[in-house]
Amino acid sequence: MESLSAASYQALYLLFTGDSALWAIIGISFSVSVRALLYAAPFGILTAFLLAYFSFPGRRLLVSVFNTALSIPAVVVGLTLYILLSKSGPLGDWRLLFTQDAMILGQIFLCFPLLVAMAHSALQASDRRAWETALTLGASPLRALLTILHETRFGLIGALVASFGRIIAEVGSSMMLGGNILNYTRNIPTAIALETSKGSFAEGIALGLVLLSLALFLNILLGQVQGKGEVIQ
Amino acid sequence: MYKKIRLLFSLCLFWSLALAVQAAPLRLATTTSTQNSGLLEILLPAFQEQTGIEVHVIAVGTGKALKMGRDGDVDVVMVHAVAAEEQFVADGFGSDRVQFMYNDFVLVGPDSDAAGIKGVKTVTEALKKISSSRARFISRGDDSGTHKKEQALWKAANIQPGGGWYIEAGQGMGKVLQMAGELDGYTLTDRGTWLAYKGKVELSLLNEGDNKLSNPYGVIAVNPAKHPDTNYADARKLIDWVSSQAGQELIRDYRLHGEPLFIPLLLK
Repeated sequence: MESLSAASYQALYLLFTGDSALWAIIGISFSVSVRALLYAAPFGILTAFLLAYFSFPGRRLLVSVFNTALSIPAVVVGLTLYILLSKSGPLGDWRLLFTQDAMILGQIFLCFPLLVAMAHSALQASDRRAWETALTLGASPLRALLTILHETRFGLIGALVASFGRIIAEVGSSMMLGGNILNYTRNIPTAIALETSKGSFAEGIALGLVLLSLALFLNILLGQVQGKGEVIQ
Repeated sequence: MYKKIRLLFSLCLFWSLALAVQAAPLRLATTTSTQNSGLLEILLPAFQEQTGIEVHVIAVGTGKALKMGRDGDVDVVMVHAVAAEEQFVADGFGSDRVQFMYNDFVLVGPDSDAAGIKGVKTVTEALKKISSSRARFISRGDDSGTHKKEQALWKAANIQPGGGWYIEAGQGMGKVLQMAGELDGYTLTDRGTWLAYKGKVELSLLNEGDNKLSNPYGVIAVNPAKHPDTNYADARKLIDWVSSQAGQELIRDYRLHGEPLFIPLLLK
């Protein structure tokens, strides 16, 4: 019986000998998730800002909606988009199903609620007077917004890191929308699912290790960033 | 008094032990396409009725099914990948292998059939047409029995598939049929999964009948010499039963969506 240690050893070997198939999968994972986050971030943070700084009818409801959306399972997002993008679906003419763009779309929908909810709570904790002072001093609303974002940067970076963590590790929507196509839409989570179904556990563990070390790295980074914030005296 | 208690105690012990032994089900690892064909839902209840043995089915890819056998995680495997089965037995992990039935693979594709494989006599010729017209072909790409069969067919046609038209999906048969439907691609599928998906995907059956497309099923016990703790006795009973006249007749009479699916090999 193949032991866990033997599989792990072989996994490390694959990683450090630069197994090209393995690294291609890792590259696809990062490129897709980074792009999804780049598209989602401006809108997510802006939405959070609007929710935190302006009162309008339905604002509370909207906050509740985003908080509820946090717990939507990835497969449900995947299935909904699948039906929309399918050839016989309303957006079928876009021909997006089983492309990287479809995966990116799925990941945007997955990380958006988390991004908004976390950025919202970061912005809520900020000092409203900074916004008012900046405006009084003659700053344009955009300039004032940048000031607020700078003030709350630690919380916002935390929101970005958490969102990235959610989408880089999700398998449900990537599998449905991307189709796990070799060298195109096969990312780390779908590859782990495939390798496990093939019974080649070493490759699965190697990819799992990449995800684990990434989570560790992101958390250390987050700790560093937040550590540079002011210490409560 | 003491004697009575001791008797009662040992009776209880014996009874619970007997219960534990009886309750140990037979663990069968098989492929998702076997499971999806629905045949097991006919075969296994009949087997249980005859022998009282309950069978737990674990449906995974062929590669994983054989790995579970190698690791002694199951008692018996039922797969359709001749070369891998022979290797499994040659390596000493399996014993008592019996080929007991077969079905066949078919080539399906878009109705428009841009590569023109409809009515082509041999599967080799059909594959040559697909690759020379660079029509999209969706491969399972998951090391499954169907994937291995597909690779063998390409090899027989002297084609090294690759490039933009050849898409390796790495998913199960049903998913690959859905992908082929969405992407207007061709694919190789077992007839059982095809019958189950026929109405749900925009694809047509384009090529069938070549001898090369036959898909024999094997049932193999996990070798008790390697894994003494497996349920070899019951595995042996299952193998004998699917090879028996009663089992073979059930296989012959099985219909999926009104069509026969499997052909028994041991019917007298």
